[in-house]
Amino acid sequence: MNFDLSDEQVLLREAARDAFGRVRTVEAARDALEGGELPDLWPTATTAGWTGLLLDEQNGGAGLSAIDAMLVAAEAGRVLASVPLLGHLPATAILDAGGLHDETLRKLAAGELRATYVPARPGDDVDPAWTVEPRSGRRRAPAPEVARGDDGLATVKGSVAWVPDAVGADILVVVGVDADGPVAVAFGPDADGVSVEAATGIYDATRPLGHVTLSDACGRVLAADEEQLRRAWFLAHTLIAAESLGAVEECLERSVAYAKERYTFGRAIGSYQAVKHALTEVLRRQENTRSLLYYAGWAYVDKPDEFAAAASAARACGGAALDFAAREVISVHGGIGATWEHDAPLFFRRAQLSRRLLGGTGDAVDRLAGEMLTGAAA
Amino acid sequence: MDLNDTPEQAAYRTEVREWLEQNKSAAPATRGRGDDPEAVAAHRAWQRKLAEGGYVGVTWPAEHGGQGKGPLHQVVINQEIARAGVPGILDSIGVGMLGPTLIAHGSDEQKQRYLAPMLHADEVWCQLFSEPAAGSDLAGIQSRARKDEDGSWRLSGQKVWTTNAQFAAYGLLLARTDPDAHKHKGLTMFVVPMDAEGVTIRPLRQISGEPEFNEVFFDDVKLEPGSEVGAVNGGWGVALTTLMFERLTIGAGSEGMGYRADRFAKAIASDPAAVKDPEVRARFGELATELLALRFTGYRLLTAISRGQIPGPEAGMGKITAVSAAIDAGDLIADVLGPEALDPESEWSYLISFLPGLKSAGGTEEILRNTVGERVLGLPPEPRLDKGIPFSELRAKERQEVAS
Repeated sequence: MNFDLSDEQVLLREAARDAFGRVRTVEAARDALEGGELPDLWPTATTAGWTGLLLDEQNGGAGLSAIDAMLVAAEAGRVLASVPLLGHLPATAILDAGGLHDETLRKLAAGELRATYVPARPGDDVDPAWTVEPRSGRRRAPAPEVARGDDGLATVKGSVAWVPDAVGADILVVVGVDADGPVAVAFGPDADGVSVEAATGIYDATRPLGHVTLSDACGRVLAADEEQLRRAWFLAHTLIAAESLGAVEECLERSVAYAKERYTFGRAIGSYQAVKHALTEVLRRQENTRSLLYYAGWAYVDKPDEFAAAASAARACGGAALDFAAREVISVHGGIGATWEHDAPLFFRRAQLSRRLLGGTGDAVDRLAGEMLTGAAA
Repeated sequence: MDLNDTPEQAAYRTEVREWLEQNKSAAPATRGRGDDPEAVAAHRAWQRKLAEGGYVGVTWPAEHGGQGKGPLHQVVINQEIARAGVPGILDSIGVGMLGPTLIAHGSDEQKQRYLAPMLHADEVWCQLFSEPAAGSDLAGIQSRARKDEDGSWRLSGQKVWTTNAQFAAYGLLLARTDPDAHKHKGLTMFVVPMDAEGVTIRPLRQISGEPEFNEVFFDDVKLEPGSEVGAVNGGWGVALTTLMFERLTIGAGSEGMGYRADRFAKAIASDPAAVKDPEVRARFGELATELLALRFTGYRLLTAISRGQIPGPEAGMGKITAVSAAIDAGDLIADVLGPEALDPESEWSYLISFLPGLKSAGGTEEILRNTVGERVLGLPPEPRLDKGIPFSELRAKERQEVAS
């Protein structure tokens, strides 16, 4: 048994931390809320080779796995770096199965092109239908309808709201359905009938979102099968969970540091059990999230049947952990922690928005329950 | 990242599995109750059988009857015993914690005399540390041992939460030997024969009705010269060794506590309506998240152990996760199944009754969080009022405060 990162994975993580550490991403996150420009981290991702992380070596990629992608996402999350990997990585996992030219894959791996994943949620034991994010409310929207034509082309009709990293992507990988089940179709953003509208009023400015509408848009059918499209949905969950883990670590570090130096009634506030116990709870949730991400990374390769459950557990745990940690870093800092000048609210904003993306953490909890309860009933 | 055995572990697993296959007919069907002498005798015979096979105390050095193997071999044995559906050893406290403490701190005579019978369950041991007024603050124990001129000792006091005391031959006991020293400095560890004159053992029944523990009274009990383990007034260091082995035992056994999401899922899935109920799903999904995290945190811990690392205080967080998630699971199962879940014959009734006490066992949640906060996060300790004060003065001060 070796349930730990390999030396290469530790190096990958350190390299990612170094790379993000060279950019003042947290300050940029605040400025962006008032219209400031976010630093372009795509060149960083390209230079580091993360853009091709999940593409096969034959396709010019690094041929790495979900766990490696999570390690990079965690480092991005730690400093609230706005790098469009949440869209790009699941998209490339789908594209790696085939359907586009080798040259296109090579350009995606090299970061000359950027893809984004327009996600659809796989059906579950209660409702088998594939669905997508609605603009508002709890009722999920039906996945886009795909009508296959000749020569590997298809026309697609439907809309998907709140798509990460959609604006400015060179290739949209849309998951829709036809009579036989789910199918992925690739589009250029300028294709007829494709509209990508930048979402406005985004609570966390480091998280660009878009609303994608397809009005009988014509795209190329991809080779990925149903299982691969299911995996892409859960892969995206693990990346959000990993971002959360990095942010939790940062919140905990800052909370502990302040609890040691802030004194009340002649004592450091970290000596009070009320404060200390809350911070150990952040640690407990942090380590639980880490264990579940390892589980998901391991299942992705060695236990594909458990990947949906593992990724859902990681998403649920990570989302709740970040919500708890972000509230705690504010509390420990007192009133100043809730001011615009402080960094804590930026982590809080990240926690609030992230927990509502791609079905939200509540859906992940329900998915895990469904997976385990139907497994037990079988 | 993998959960696979190394070739050497795989070979060992095969060996253990085959041995169990050939010998498991000798095992009692279940662990049995500790207040049933027949069940205890059967369990004792089963440990002896395992010991003859070389599967008890595998991490002990060969010179003391062990196999000199690593903790992961113990994990393999635990997993294979669970797989075979047979009980583990009777004296896991002795073999897992007290024997290793004797190996680390005992005299040559003590090791010669006690270790082999412990391994074979000819003599079962119990741990006599906690007292009615000293649990979380273990160094506050009041059991008192006084040295006579001939080098023997006289012991008086009371211990509590003592598992297996009713059939134990010996106990490892922490007593105060110098009340005028600071509380951690005046303690000594002793070997106590449980059949000595002046020892009284009373069962302590739990919520379930089962006597899981005992309280043990010592009324001027004579201990022979040479009964002390380690240095006189050096008992706190010996106790810390025992507690370190306790963490190792818990770390290597976290899979075996039975608090697994798939087990609880089966109970809920017996009601098809519950499986589709959004509220049940939300509650089950939350607790399953915690229990899966517990399981895979356990694999991280085992990986560290296999590299020769001793689990730190953070391992205690696993207990917090396990207990609170299992409480939620018992609550949800009772909500789903209704009153039949609380039938005394139901496994859920026992689980539900057992957990409130487990919250305090092996370190209360509050103490575990203090320790993790201070030793892992590096937060400053609470100011203490017992530092630098002789224990006798401290007690006098406490009595005065209560009276005023």
